[in-house]
Amino acid sequence: MIFLTRKAEFSSSHFYRNPAWSGEENLRRFGKCANINGHGHNYTLEVTVAGEVDPVTGFVVDLKLLKDILEQEVVSVYDHRHLNYEVPEFKDAIPTTENIAVAIWKRLDGKIPNAKLHRVRVYEMPDLFADYYGETA
Amino acid sequence: MTPIAHFSRRYRLSASHRLFIASLSDQQNAQTFGKCANPFGHGHNYTIEVTVSGPIDPATGMVVDLVALDDVAKREVIDRWDHTNLNNDPHFSGSVVPSTENFVYEVERVMREGIAKLAQHNPRLQLVRVRIEETSNNSFDLISSGEMTKF
Repeated sequence: MIFLTRKAEFSSSHFYRNPAWSGEENLRRFGKCANINGHGHNYTLEVTVAGEVDPVTGFVVDLKLLKDILEQEVVSVYDHRHLNYEVPEFKDAIPTTENIAVAIWKRLDGKIPNAKLHRVRVYEMPDLFADYYGETA
Repeated sequence: MTPIAHFSRRYRLSASHRLFIASLSDQQNAQTFGKCANPFGHGHNYTIEVTVSGPIDPATGMVVDLVALDDVAKREVIDRWDHTNLNNDPHFSGSVVPSTENFVYEVERVMREGIAKLAQHNPRLQLVRVRIEETSNNSFDLISSGEMTKF
């Protein structure tokens, strides 16, 4: 079994707001991230898939195909967009790094031929990142 | 069905240390620890990567309150060791050599205890792993939870 990882980047804006809370409560809980004018990040996405090597091609997954899937399913939807306003999964979910990782998992799961999605890692910054392995409680 | 995610944060601190065993001669220490036994010590810019896991709180979208996690790291790790000599720390003043292996055990212990207090609000929050990069060429991982961490 080989674990193969492909990176992609997107730049997006967002803010954190729970509509059930007052403005003061949002500010208290989310600090600067609650500014409703939004702010932005250069996100780095790492997608790891697991699979066996095809004896003919020597590949687990054709990297060009994987790149195209990431572009179509994620980057074309998220890049240079406001996550709260323009990406449907964040209409009702706060676009935290954790929720972005889960949303990208849902976008990619089952779409990569001959390999199993293993991990979605999203870096909001080099010092802050979330991993999702498809687990639920 | 609440998703369970892993969340990681990287912290930095700079500290000096000397690797030696008090009962050994200078020559024996030099043989055992090489340049790291220099009696005047030397220093590193350490990077400490802390990974926690737990269900994503639907109210916040988060596994852990980032400010609370940063507070634990600042209080328990950064304030204790940044710009210090590790050999002067009580934990390393006896027979425990301040190697990064021994350092990661002590960092993991204090972070685990600090995160356990945060878990009052989120009982399924747990420390999964602590990684210390001593230099960009050396890193040391300690797995906290009983199960082998996912990579």
